[in-house]
Amino acid sequence: MKTRSLFLPLMALLPGLASAADAIAGEVKKQPVNTTAIVIFLLFVAGTLAITYWAARRTRSASDFYAAGGGITGFQNGLAIAGDYMSAASFLGISAMVYEKGYDGLIYSMGFLVGWPIILFLVAERLRNLGKFTFADVASYRLQQTPVRSFAATGTLVTVSIYLIAQMVGAGKLIQLLFGMNYSTAVVAVGVLMVMYVMFGGMLATTWVQIIKAIMLLSGATFMAFMVLKSAGFSLETMFKTATDLHPKHAAIMAPGGLASNPVDAISLGLALMFGTAGLPHILMRFFTVADAREARKSVFFATGFIGYFYILTFIIGFGAIMLVLNNPGFTETIMKDGKQVTQLIGGSNMAAIHLSHAVGGDLFWGFISAVAFATILAVVAGLTLSGASAVSHDLYASVIKKGKANEADEIRVSKITTLVLGVIAIVLGLVFEKQNIAFMVGLAFAIAASANFPVLFLSMFWKGLTTRGAVIGGFIGLASAVLLIVLGPTVWVDVMHNKAPLFPYKNPALFSMTLAFATTWLFSVLDNSRQAEEEKAKFDAQFVRAMTGIGATGASKH
Amino acid sequence: MNEDILKKVQSNPKFIELVHKKTSLGWMLSIIMLVIYYGFILTLAFSPKSLGTPIHEGSAITVGIPLGIFIIVSAFVLTGIYVRKANSEFDQLNKQIIEESR
Repeated sequence: MKTRSLFLPLMALLPGLASAADAIAGEVKKQPVNTTAIVIFLLFVAGTLAITYWAARRTRSASDFYAAGGGITGFQNGLAIAGDYMSAASFLGISAMVYEKGYDGLIYSMGFLVGWPIILFLVAERLRNLGKFTFADVASYRLQQTPVRSFAATGTLVTVSIYLIAQMVGAGKLIQLLFGMNYSTAVVAVGVLMVMYVMFGGMLATTWVQIIKAIMLLSGATFMAFMVLKSAGFSLETMFKTATDLHPKHAAIMAPGGLASNPVDAISLGLALMFGTAGLPHILMRFFTVADAREARKSVFFATGFIGYFYILTFIIGFGAIMLVLNNPGFTETIMKDGKQVTQLIGGSNMAAIHLSHAVGGDLFWGFISAVAFATILAVVAGLTLSGASAVSHDLYASVIKKGKANEADEIRVSKITTLVLGVIAIVLGLVFEKQNIAFMVGLAFAIAASANFPVLFLSMFWKGLTTRGAVIGGFIGLASAVLLIVLGPTVWVDVMHNKAPLFPYKNPALFSMTLAFATTWLFSVLDNSRQAEEEKAKFDAQFVRAMTGIGATGASKH
Repeated sequence: MNEDILKKVQSNPKFIELVHKKTSLGWMLSIIMLVIYYGFILTLAFSPKSLGTPIHEGSAITVGIPLGIFIIVSAFVLTGIYVRKANSEFDQLNKQIIEESR
């Protein structure tokens, strides 16, 4: 018996938690086949493929493919953003963290939320007014196309592929637990479905997959939280009291644990989560699917509401699991770990929410929640794939290789081929990384987004003095330093490569890599006295007027 | 955008007003959000015990719980304030600027 808790390797990463909630690490044991879940999931697949077929017939132009023709409303986009952002592991991982450590789970979810207001106040409408399909449109607006787009496409592809690997490996493990399916079958199924959504249905299908998933996840979680509160007689006092009585850590679950033992790491993690969100290419891309800045703003308002509501639900669900699942012999198993007998949840702590769904809603609801968890993964990977494909076709092919003279049909074709290639790569890497410790990867993706994509995007919109040289050198330094510091830090140097002590003491590099990126971008821009730099600065005023007023911005295409 | 429109917009006092109002509101709300969140993170880092005190004698609920909910709700409320202001007052102003630039 060598089953390890699914969650333990994650807990080992505290407080490097950016890595934890989205990645499922460690070995898992395949569970018995869950027929109800598979049937409900197949219904979801059938429904989303029908939507893909419908979307494919409406997807003709590049604008349809990348941005759903700009015809998504603010409310729909808010739901889709929530669907793009709430991953399976933030549902299972955060409720599991609440189940194990109580209050720390709430602290963690806050970090994921507070980036959204900042996106609204500083990024969303300027992005919508200046760009067309990708954030590189904005970063390269008044700078040299070839170098800046090459940088932005690199930033996008690196962020997207790391995030994608984490999702694929997580999906494979999760589905072994939820459905009792093979790891490799699960990875291939996820890969094939995401390619179909994106390749045939483009942004329109991806958006609707995300919307449906968000509705399913939010309604399922609402029902669970309601049942939990009901069993506590709708009294929070009773709920927390019962939970502290039952939990082995007792009252300690109502206070912060070891999450922020180190202030530097805590602040650094906060920065990565806050500004990383504003640098995730698949999230930024969603702002081009709405008609104008007005709808872009509304999208963030709704998205923040849905995501915040969801995190409150996961908190209640975690406490509900303590009340209703923790000491329930039907949901626990006794295993041997390090020579000792340990009683744990069947499948590990990450299954807390899943077991709770069984406890409050029986077989059918349990199947529904398992299917929702799978659907959740699909919606996230579809968004990632589309973003990676557009970086290749729109930024590299159309702008760098064809110098803006590509014809639209060719550009879409390149995008579809890239989607297929990304799908194959994702499946292969998903299989290769099965036994690897990939828990650091989501943290890495957020750190890179905060240290490479965000500084360049932000300065291009806010600082007249930014030049091509500054953006490219600073951006690449941000990217390289984020990767290097994670590799030399405790999560990779010690946990993955098994060295004794880390060469860089902190788990979260953003505080350093992001500062370095801003500083070097500034320095190399200021030192740039070329004529080209003068021209780039001179173009800022026109860019600013467009960013503020939307004059000249790409509008919605009429269907 | 041609030079003509650019000059017209830039010299329009309404544009100057819009830029001023929009950027100051955006930065003000950003700073409020940052202060709330990093205030919490610093409390967490330097005085975690204070978050673990019960809200009143004998309660299982600790100060940290309503505070956590407050932070989540405040993120939503701040976005609401911005969208309300931007989608009414700023958009109105913006519409006038665009019309006057023609």
